Amino acid sequence: MSIEHRDDTGARFGMWLFLYTEVILFSGLFILYAVSLAKFPVQFAEASHKLNIYFGTVNTLVLLTSSLTIALAITAIQRNQIKRTLLLSAITIALAIVFLINKYFEWSAEIGHGIYPGSEHLAEMGPGVTTFFNLYYFTAGLHGLHVLIGGTLIGVVSVLVAKGKVTAERYTLLENSALYWHLVDLVWIFLFPLYYLIL
Amino acid sequence: MTQSTLTYTGFYSESPRPGILGWLLSTDHKRIGIMYLCCITTMFIVGACLGIAIRLELIAPGPTIMGPQTYNATFTVHGIIMIFMFIIPSVPAAFGNLVLPIQIGARDVSFPKVNLISWYCYVIGAVLALFSIFSGSGAPDTGWTFYVPFSTHTNTNVSLAAFAAFMLGFSSILTGINFVTTIHRLRAKGMTWGRLPMFVWTLYATAWIQVLATPMLGITLVLVILERTFGAGLFDAARGGDPIMFQHLFWIYSHPAVYIMILPGMGVISEVIPVFARKPLFGYWAMAFSSLAIAFAGSLVWAHHMYASGMSDFAILVFSFLTFIVAIPSAIKVFNWVSTLYKGSIELAPPMLYALSFIFNFSIGGLGGLALGAAASDIHLTDTTFVVGHFHYTMFGGLGFAFFAALHYWLPKFTGRMYNHKIAVIAWALLFVGFNVTYMAMQAVGIQGMPRRYYDYLPEFFPLNLVATIGSWVLAIGLIMMFVNLWQGMRKGKIIGKNPWGAATLEWTVPSPPPMDNFGPEDPVVTRGPYEFKGVVADEY
Repeated sequence: MSIEHRDDTGARFGMWLFLYTEVILFSGLFILYAVSLAKFPVQFAEASHKLNIYFGTVNTLVLLTSSLTIALAITAIQRNQIKRTLLLSAITIALAIVFLINKYFEWSAEIGHGIYPGSEHLAEMGPGVTTFFNLYYFTAGLHGLHVLIGGTLIGVVSVLVAKGKVTAERYTLLENSALYWHLVDLVWIFLFPLYYLIL
Repeated sequence: MTQSTLTYTGFYSESPRPGILGWLLSTDHKRIGIMYLCCITTMFIVGACLGIAIRLELIAPGPTIMGPQTYNATFTVHGIIMIFMFIIPSVPAAFGNLVLPIQIGARDVSFPKVNLISWYCYVIGAVLALFSIFSGSGAPDTGWTFYVPFSTHTNTNVSLAAFAAFMLGFSSILTGINFVTTIHRLRAKGMTWGRLPMFVWTLYATAWIQVLATPMLGITLVLVILERTFGAGLFDAARGGDPIMFQHLFWIYSHPAVYIMILPGMGVISEVIPVFARKPLFGYWAMAFSSLAIAFAGSLVWAHHMYASGMSDFAILVFSFLTFIVAIPSAIKVFNWVSTLYKGSIELAPPMLYALSFIFNFSIGGLGGLALGAAASDIHLTDTTFVVGHFHYTMFGGLGFAFFAALHYWLPKFTGRMYNHKIAVIAWALLFVGFNVTYMAMQAVGIQGMPRRYYDYLPEFFPLNLVATIGSWVLAIGLIMMFVNLWQGMRKGKIIGKNPWGAATLEWTVPSPPPMDNFGPEDPVVTRGPYEFKGVVADEY
């Protein structure tokens, strides 16, 4: 192709479409949550109290802060402050790692108590609790995978920023990665109250 | 092959990279389209061979050519290959890629690299699916629907097959995102929404379903894999799960998916019929909006696959009603095609014959769909071969024939050579007769009560099964003849000019095969509609 084509609006449009698909991917799990909650309201509440709310709260704060830093990174690159962009992206990635480490300790504790999909201890606690934890692990696991992908994505784009391929005139790639990161954040904003808070 | 390829001009000879890498790393929509076409045709042939093997097994009661476990694996793999690797990507991914950008006056799709990634996702999915047949503890035997609880308990290679379908779904999503963005952003100057060819409209509707529905399949298949890995019991009633929820999640995608399959076919027919009737498409806006209406209404009817699952009567009533609503836009399309033919100057060229038989087959399939959509008759017909016959009438008789129409209509454009018309007509006649004999017999024996997916059957079903199997042989001969004829045409056919059919859409204004950047140095400016044939003359060939 000799003619170079560039369409930033189109790129953002495509990213939004992709985010819709992500929302629907998670919505399958949320539907299962809704149906199971209607079936086992008491057991869901009982199971929810077994989760450690401090881990969840810290992780919520971590993710919200990371959304702020990546949003600031976009403002920074718009003002052509490359160093600040890189610093803010690095903080975002660091927060993503903190989130995953936190998750690791939370899950280790739970698995240590014999609570994991398919465990015998879980089966003894009855069908409602089992369903709650199955959904909790699958939803949070899928979300964790998205944290990993989003963090990697921001890492790759940061390298491109450092190399001067993503600049103040041409930052759609960073913007789209940030959009993805906000989605990861948004999913958690729904996940956290559903599993830790409201029951 | 190499010798004749060298004589191809246009995008075949212009490439930044030489040789095979010029294809495998190409982001050009036409090259990706051709690569899709090769893979899809190969998978179709594999799937068709499996289909013929199933029919051969059912030629008489009792075991004939294979054992029961092989039979289960054969119909499962036939389904997975035909649905996920042939029907869903056939027209959108192959012909959509080839034709869509040129039809709207663009030089490529919005995201050429994503387009290539989507092709690789398709190839990875196809390879994994084929691999799942021969590896692990036996080919998957669940049927293409992966219904729980069987799919979470069988020892066969279901996880790999489900992951393959997940990859194919990802490929489909990426294509959908690409097409929606392309249609919104890259239309040429003067290419208003009212001047879009109907094929573009149907691809637009299809792409929206691909984007909005496919992720649901993704999560459902992931859950099946997780269930198999951890044994969590999310779909196990004994452990608090619900197997019916699997069916809901699966059909939330898989019913809209049948419109992913049929809508692009309807688009092909809407292109072919005006050209060979020399008349503008009747009811342009009705056709455009009925495509969107089918996409929308088709997303709300999934539970009509589950009347016999034990769902509430009220839900059955609602879904039955909604199912009948989908018939309205579908009927609008059929009536408009027929109205386009009225007083037209009809030329029965091969693409037109396929298009006309599409209308015939699709009408039978569509009306059979109403018999299944009505809860009362469905209770009798569910899980019989009537369902299989109905499905093949819409999918093979519909989309399959539309795919063949597209091959006969657009392949000369993209190879620059014309196939033999006489052989094409004979092949079409064999296909049409063979198809109707096979599946009409299947529908008839289904009404008599023969269950589907059964390895053995009662002696009274023997005559019609024999008829169906003989029909499948006629069908097979027709298929072989058609593919050989197209292949010969691609290699040795007469060289054609820009516009052999006298069509008015943009792809016929560029050389055959089109050059790498589709249009010359100047971007095209569109000044008329897609079906204004005044002054358009067909090139002699």
